[in-house]
Amino acid sequence: MSSYVLVDRLQFAFTVTFHYMFPILTMGLGLFIAYLKTVSYVGRPHRRWLLRKTDEERDAHESAARFWAKIFAVTFAVGVVTGIPLEFEFGTNWAAFSNYAGGVIGQTLALEGTFSFLLESAFLGVFIYGASRVSPRSHWLSAVAVFIGSWLSGFFIVATDAWMQHPVGYAGTGKSVHLKSFWALMTNPWLIWQYPHNMGGAALTGAFVLAAMGAFYLLLGRHERFARLCVTVGVVGALIFAVLQIFPTGDQSGENVYHDQPATFASMEGVFQTQRGAPLVIIGNPNTQTRQLESVIALPKFLSFLTSHHFTSVVRGLDSFPTSLWPSSVPLVYYSYRIMVGLGTLLALLAVIATYLLWRRKLFRSRTVLWALMIAFPFTYIANIAGWVTAEVGRQPWVVYGLLRTSAAASPAQSVPAGIGIFTLLGFLGLYILIAILYVLLIVRIVARGPEDVPARPRSVPAAVGV
Amino acid sequence: MHTLWFLLLAAVITVYVVLDGFDLGAGALFFLLGRGEEERGRISSAIGPVWDGNETWLVVGGGVLFLSFPRAYAGAFSGLYFGLMIVLWLLIGRGLAIEFRHQIDHPLWHQATDFVFAVASALLAIVLGVALGNVVRGVPIGANGYFHLPLFSILNWYALLVGLLALLVLSAQSASFLAVRAAGTLGERARKLARRLVPAQIIAGAIMVWPTYAVRHHMLTGFGDHPWTIILPAAGAIAILTEIVAQARGRWGRAFVANCAAITALLATAAAGVYPDILPARQGHPFSLTIDNAAAAAHSLDVAIVWFPIGMVLAACYFTYAYRTLFRSPPA
Repeated sequence: MSSYVLVDRLQFAFTVTFHYMFPILTMGLGLFIAYLKTVSYVGRPHRRWLLRKTDEERDAHESAARFWAKIFAVTFAVGVVTGIPLEFEFGTNWAAFSNYAGGVIGQTLALEGTFSFLLESAFLGVFIYGASRVSPRSHWLSAVAVFIGSWLSGFFIVATDAWMQHPVGYAGTGKSVHLKSFWALMTNPWLIWQYPHNMGGAALTGAFVLAAMGAFYLLLGRHERFARLCVTVGVVGALIFAVLQIFPTGDQSGENVYHDQPATFASMEGVFQTQRGAPLVIIGNPNTQTRQLESVIALPKFLSFLTSHHFTSVVRGLDSFPTSLWPSSVPLVYYSYRIMVGLGTLLALLAVIATYLLWRRKLFRSRTVLWALMIAFPFTYIANIAGWVTAEVGRQPWVVYGLLRTSAAASPAQSVPAGIGIFTLLGFLGLYILIAILYVLLIVRIVARGPEDVPARPRSVPAAVGV
Repeated sequence: MHTLWFLLLAAVITVYVVLDGFDLGAGALFFLLGRGEEERGRISSAIGPVWDGNETWLVVGGGVLFLSFPRAYAGAFSGLYFGLMIVLWLLIGRGLAIEFRHQIDHPLWHQATDFVFAVASALLAIVLGVALGNVVRGVPIGANGYFHLPLFSILNWYALLVGLLALLVLSAQSASFLAVRAAGTLGERARKLARRLVPAQIIAGAIMVWPTYAVRHHMLTGFGDHPWTIILPAAGAIAILTEIVAQARGRWGRAFVANCAAITALLATAAAGVYPDILPARQGHPFSLTIDNAAAAAHSLDVAIVWFPIGMVLAACYFTYAYRTLFRSPPA
């Protein structure tokens, strides 16, 4: 691969990964803030289920929503400013790809700007600055609008990626493709599982961040009411989304890879030789020189069972593909997939234990589990990023699977020479390190101050007295 | 259909310039208008809730360009690589300076963020003008549809002149915005500046006529080919006159609207001059990217023409709602 293409790849990989750390949290927190605001606004003592809340409980939800809104605002700002370069980079660094695929992915990217960014950005101002200026109802609706906007944005981005992974609904020549069926693009069989899997990952981060903050305050002995609410919502949310990540969304996404990108699947599972009754590898190092997996601990025949529900079915190995069709780095795909699955499993286990203790009313006193919750949240970021690395590096050598190779997708070397690419990559590195430091500094300040009590509001009068 | 998308693209870019214009200009005038900590805080909180929404129109404009004219998007963005990367860094620094300002309540922190905000805003106003200047002047597109313009060729004399014009126009836009939204001495100062910037804009606009003709005859000869397009600069002149009258009568809301209309007319005139090219080649046809040879395939455009207007209507609703909510309170 030419050096200028490598530089384009590195710059895109770095800017997109750094950017995505922030939407993971805003999409996840957006969901939980919308939940907290909804309980605060519509909860009443006579309602049922989650909305059966006393005034004190509603106040606790309101104060929690406002605390998280502060963290959301800082995170969202960084997400916005680091997201703008990505929309530019399709043109600046990947002009040949834009030329080739613009007829299809131009749709999804313009849809994102039109339907989600405008919704999100218009209501974010109302949500963040309007708490004292607008009615409680408008404030609640703006929180919901921001949540919907951010999840729609995720939808269109994943729709773009799903098309790159599994192109559908297009027609065209070798020079460029264009849209043939909008409906097919929006109902891409990959999108249907990749989207919930991706959003579940973000929600899992949101849930673990909530739980971590609550656990931190509980261990410190500060803001007890707020901390208990965060731990409760976070732990239950973590359990729900951890389970959904494994089944059905993760399972079905894996099935899609197995059927449509067999070489990627073989890399993820480290299957070099095509075999009947393939084992599920728990531990093992892939060696691309000898084309073997070394130091293996494996469950015999389980991989065959997981992919087709028969212990004796055949799994295609990398040996059935020419090396020119292998992902450019088999070990990277293999390890990042294992990191995602391994962390996902451990996080699900932690969520189960914490939920059990919560149900037994022992969680708030169990310092060990609170400690575990407090330090677990960074691993959800790693799992999310590892999942994307698996998907994106696994798709190589294609940028659009089966249609356009990455090596043919970059801007021409005469427009963007490698040297200029390295210069701007270094520029992004420096700027982003500064942003990361400022972000951590501001979040630490918010956490150190903690939640504030909400201003008093009209009490809801018991129905019998009120009428 | 291609003409329709050209118009929609021009409309989105105009909305962007009109809206982001007043907060970019507010940054450029930040230290000129805002004397002291308190006044600067007021300027910052006047634009704080809306700058992000305004800037989103730039992203929508990028999306619409990619959707409707992918070859122009690919060619222009890769050819202007270095210039665009600088735009990105400025946008990042500026956005964070606004958002992070009120996170720490200390004068030293405010001085730091204000400095970044002011410098980045002023440079962005210039750089956006430079981009427009390069489009009007034309770029050295090759047979393959790509070109390469090194940094100091992007910053050529004509483009820099347009950049200065842009700085002036956006400053006027923000002065007339603050004339409405700011009270007290800050408001007074903004109104005084808004009055002065109107004649400055007229003079600068007049000065630009000859250089524009020199780099691209079609910008003026186009009026001969399509005489109706003379309406556009005429509308701009009427808007400016309306603004002068409104300012004299102290109707600052109306003056702001008139200034928005003047910017719209200016950009429409530029768009009419470039049409039917979307990215003219300096050496002329057949290398220019036109609305026909750069457009996406017909079905893509047909599909998008269904959903795009729906999105615009929705966006108009949100923005009306959000701006009414945020600007309902009296000027601060």
